[in-house]
Amino acid sequence: MPTIRIDDKDYEVRDGKNLLESCLALGFDLPYFCWHPAMGSVGACRQCAVKVFKDEQDTRGRLVMSCMEPVKEGLRLSIVDPAAKAFREQVIEWLMTNHPHDCPVCDEGGSCHLQDMTVMTGHDYRRYQYRKRTYQNQYLGPFIHHEMNRCIQCYRCVRFYRDIAGGEDLNVYAAHDHIYFGREKEGVLQSPFSGNLAEICPTGVFTDKTLKAHYTRKWDLTNAGSVCPHCSLGCNIFAGERYGEIRCITNRFNSEVNGYFLCDKGRFGYEFVNSENRIRQPLIRGRLVDAVSEDQLLEYLRHLTGNGNIIGIGSPRASVETNFSLMQLVGIDNFYQGVNEDTAFLQKRVTDILESGTLRSNSLRDIESSDAILVLGEDIWNTAPIMALTVRQSVMKTAFSQTVQQISLPSWNDIAVRELTQEARGYLANAGTSGSPLDKLATHHVQAAPDDIARMGYAIAAHLDPSLPPLSKQENELTARTGEIALALSLARKPAIISGISACNEAILKAAYNIAWALKRMGKEVGISYVLPECNSMGLALTKAPSFEKALGRLERNTGTTVIVAEQDIYRCLPEEQAEMFFSKCGKIVVLDVLHNRTTERAHVLIPSASFAEGDGSFVNNEGRIQRFYKVYAPENNNVIEGWKWLERIGGGNERIDQLHTMIEKGLSQFAGISTEAPAAGFRIHGEAVPREPHRYSGRTAMWAHLQVSEPKPHQDNNAPLSFTMEGYKGIPPAAIIPFYWAPGWNSVQALNKYQEIPGGKLTGGNPGVRVLNESAEPRGDFFTDMPEAFSARRGRWLLLPAYHLLGSGEMSMESRGIAELSPEPYLALSMQDAVAMNATTGSTMVVQIMGKAYSLPLKIAETLTDGLAVVPAGLPAMPVLPFGSWVEIVKK
Amino acid sequence: MNSQAGMETPLTQYIKGNGASLGLKEYEAIGGYTALKKVLQSMTPAELQQLVMDSKLKGRGGAGFSTGTKWSLVPMGPEAPKRKYLIANADEMEPGTFKDRLLLEGNPHQLIEGMILAAYAIQADISYIFLRWAYRSAAVLLKKCLEEAYAAGYLGQHIAGSDYKLELYLHTGVGRYICGEETALLNALEGKRATPRAKPPFPQISGLFGKPTIVNNVETLSCIPHIVNNGATWFRNLSSSEDSGTKIYGVSGKVRNPGAWELPMGTTIRELLEEHAGGMLPGYQLKGILPGGASTDFLTGDHLDIKMDFAAVAAAGSRLGTGTMIVMDDKTCPVGMVHNLQHFFAQESCGWCTPCREGIPWVEKILWSIEQGAGRKEDLELLDMHTKFLGPGNTFCALAPGAMEPLQSALKYFRPEFEKHIEQKKCPYANHTH
Repeated sequence: MPTIRIDDKDYEVRDGKNLLESCLALGFDLPYFCWHPAMGSVGACRQCAVKVFKDEQDTRGRLVMSCMEPVKEGLRLSIVDPAAKAFREQVIEWLMTNHPHDCPVCDEGGSCHLQDMTVMTGHDYRRYQYRKRTYQNQYLGPFIHHEMNRCIQCYRCVRFYRDIAGGEDLNVYAAHDHIYFGREKEGVLQSPFSGNLAEICPTGVFTDKTLKAHYTRKWDLTNAGSVCPHCSLGCNIFAGERYGEIRCITNRFNSEVNGYFLCDKGRFGYEFVNSENRIRQPLIRGRLVDAVSEDQLLEYLRHLTGNGNIIGIGSPRASVETNFSLMQLVGIDNFYQGVNEDTAFLQKRVTDILESGTLRSNSLRDIESSDAILVLGEDIWNTAPIMALTVRQSVMKTAFSQTVQQISLPSWNDIAVRELTQEARGYLANAGTSGSPLDKLATHHVQAAPDDIARMGYAIAAHLDPSLPPLSKQENELTARTGEIALALSLARKPAIISGISACNEAILKAAYNIAWALKRMGKEVGISYVLPECNSMGLALTKAPSFEKALGRLERNTGTTVIVAEQDIYRCLPEEQAEMFFSKCGKIVVLDVLHNRTTERAHVLIPSASFAEGDGSFVNNEGRIQRFYKVYAPENNNVIEGWKWLERIGGGNERIDQLHTMIEKGLSQFAGISTEAPAAGFRIHGEAVPREPHRYSGRTAMWAHLQVSEPKPHQDNNAPLSFTMEGYKGIPPAAIIPFYWAPGWNSVQALNKYQEIPGGKLTGGNPGVRVLNESAEPRGDFFTDMPEAFSARRGRWLLLPAYHLLGSGEMSMESRGIAELSPEPYLALSMQDAVAMNATTGSTMVVQIMGKAYSLPLKIAETLTDGLAVVPAGLPAMPVLPFGSWVEIVKK
Repeated sequence: MNSQAGMETPLTQYIKGNGASLGLKEYEAIGGYTALKKVLQSMTPAELQQLVMDSKLKGRGGAGFSTGTKWSLVPMGPEAPKRKYLIANADEMEPGTFKDRLLLEGNPHQLIEGMILAAYAIQADISYIFLRWAYRSAAVLLKKCLEEAYAAGYLGQHIAGSDYKLELYLHTGVGRYICGEETALLNALEGKRATPRAKPPFPQISGLFGKPTIVNNVETLSCIPHIVNNGATWFRNLSSSEDSGTKIYGVSGKVRNPGAWELPMGTTIRELLEEHAGGMLPGYQLKGILPGGASTDFLTGDHLDIKMDFAAVAAAGSRLGTGTMIVMDDKTCPVGMVHNLQHFFAQESCGWCTPCREGIPWVEKILWSIEQGAGRKEDLELLDMHTKFLGPGNTFCALAPGAMEPLQSALKYFRPEFEKHIEQKKCPYANHTH
């Protein structure tokens, strides 16, 4: 640890860093724009100037940009030097020559890095007397609003969009004082990570258009830390509320999970919370007046659940707590997973592998620090977008770390590192049924049928481990490549294997395991990731309960069985006829859910569940990390409460989450640790709870004046050490309960620096979340040896597979207008050869025949699709649920 | 343009006065490519580097860095990257500068031979000429000469029968001043935005496409064959000062005989102005001189006996730059002239760093306002502030500091003129031009 001298005081700093990040890590307020912890330094904005001095005798010193200057033992610098201060102030004045003074009407106002830096430098008087340059703005789609006049040309947007996210349709145009950041032509931004522009931009050029539709200043939001409910990765988010509506989602940093970035589904998929389609009132159908009071409801339900002829169906999008409370209410043997048989089977394979402790279940940070990656059969770009973004960074960083050693270049010197690295990339092999944007980065990429992908995996493992039987013959091109892939993985120090269940193929899961285990036996620091479909798929799978399809037999035997469905739409799990058949066997149907859907239509008793935004709970992400989400606001409607609370009320249980956690740990050892995922509700700092509202929150009396003119008593929270007020502890709380980022002088998201041990490093006191799937100290395992037969196309029949769409396949996120707008229309994709053979072209109407039913879909020709595969989009509201993984007849109409 | 009798003018002596250039045959007839053959037959790259080091040749592009030292920083030997690049910076766009054009149009083979030698010295295998877009006739000529050189075996595989190979390409720019900055040139050549790069790493280590690269000026490279042919001592002795060799000096402005001349390094301003440029035109008095192009500080009539070499001009408070001076006369408004220059620099800023992108346009607007009679007293403070804060180190590259040089020296030498504009609320020059 070198010692540097800052304004005549010695400080120990970390080696290999630049002066800016070192100063920020020490808590100094040094302004900056173009530098970003995830993107390094480029020296463009000149805002972070400090004075450095050669030695003790040097009193003049020279100005340097602290972001471009490496830490050196004994280095002397001054932040407060008058010349340095004057220069930093001048940089702001320059930026202000063209920046419109439109803060009052700018969405960034109040959470604007430019405002913060302006105040920090002391610039307060504009001497520039001439016209400002102006630009035409562009329409960039439903998510991002563009206001180029505010631009201060820090270049962060294009560096994020192109270098980090791999996007190509945002660029920098023109020159001198007319630099323009935008698209060649206006139009929808193509990157699914475009929403990050709103946080990356230090001012109001790129702002959240969905927030604009119901705009609220950051200081007027009630906030809480939450977990994204839209895929299995569990990205940490902040949700902000005003007037009973979620207004925006922003990134909540967790260096082991999502880091600095979110995908557009996660950021903009929140509108379901505010949907007209919310269930707001308990109903008992068939009465004169369906709507009932809570007492009536509970009385009825207690009566209904009293006779013991009852089953419960949990959900992969319900919290651990809701699933557990349902299990408690109906009895552990009467609890079923709300997923179809195939999904339950595949998820069981995943949990069996991960629970065996043979392998490390990789966090996203593990993936980022890997030096070779194999993605086997999972379209992570669409099913786990931030994992895809992480893979991208890993592949780049592996290459960077190799090149920087050549000339001992600091890794933060971004442009120089990229220049030296050129087209070199770390190793990535991507095998999937359809092509992926990740293929651009991949050394090897393969499109094949699921069984062949699995065979490829088995073959790779056989190359790595001599104890495995080799492939009898190299039937095709796929297996021929396995040797190269195996070699690349075996040369890595820390290989990462990624797979998942979306290809509906168990052999792929086993093959991924075989490869990882073979690497493990070679002494590699290997880890594995299995992507699952929903935010709590892992939490549900870990209950080990059978699929609800397994309940059919008993429903037939015991007629009149009461079925409680907690937050799942059975019609999304099964094809229409099977779902109907299932319901026909049920007695009374009790459904708790967030939104009305076809299952709620079938409910005799309907109960409104809180969404992630109005409820407390936990999800287990694909890695096996239990993460807590907090109620953002207490809805005016008392009926909207967590599923688990309703279920506890019916069962006469308690409504304290901490006590529930104790019971979960007692009842289900696989969730041991859930009680430590976050501080208990009674946790206080200096006797104070942590306020959900910033201290500048306005209108808390006025906003209720239509009900009463005196300020109402704030809602009490028994389940979190957070308050629904402005008052409380203002410092930095434990990471799990941070409700928003703010520090004196830092009103924008960049206040995050103050919450981290070092910029870009982990949150002070440790990242939140508790891992429940851990590698055992002495792992022992066996290989799977049941390799599937090679795929062969069949005459007149096609293997039906799902295509997941980042924007479109999500049940809840499709309630967001922008996401619905950008989601695809239904289609059926076939290979070119198959299409030609059927005399069909793009747009031809194809008829898929399944169990005597015909579904018409327009044809899309997928150039790289394997002959014999048919792909349809999964999860679109307009698409019927089809039996993925089975063979279907297809004819041209 | 003609050389002076009795003085050695190796770079220009064979350049024809009629605007025609030397073809391969003519170039060979005057000893062209003998230096290349000599080096390939009898000198190692290290020996050639040492020769150039001993010659004390300094870069003629403006910064005056030792060419031998620059070359010596390139990784050599078996461990060095296989691919290296040698680039001729022919993006001559400094206002008032036209010396490289003379060499490009008059004797292109001399440049090509110099490039092959330089490439050999650093063991580069690919070479580019980055040519200013507007030098269209030079582009035509260079293309023809490159074909001739390839046909004659001076380029390609087995150059002049040796094992050395080199590919040389002509690349024409699209007209950005910043491409004359060597790292911006590299980015432009890679097809990226012409934005300079931070140094370190220097191009010698990570240059074009991340590979070791040397960028030398046309005039610098044109000196190399002569140093090889005549030796380091001869080259040092060409000069009348510390800096060795000859220099192509130029003079533009209201002088009787504007032009460019190859003269011993260290020729005085007075000799240049009075002997070669023939003095001021009748009715015009000398008021100021930008000695080395638009991005150098003004000197005045008091500096006429300064030697035009790197050290002496620096000691006088300016820079030798490209050695091609712009003369300002007493009928030209200094505010208008500096405004004109700032307009150029503001337009040519690449837009990467804040001080340059935002500062120079502000300066330009202030100067225009003063020139239009709308100046305020505070404006001079703002101009002073910019000359201070746009200094070296504060900006990303040397463009803005260069832009400030004529401004700061104009404020130093001609401040009363600025004040007069502000007091009289008009430009005191009756027929001023912008």
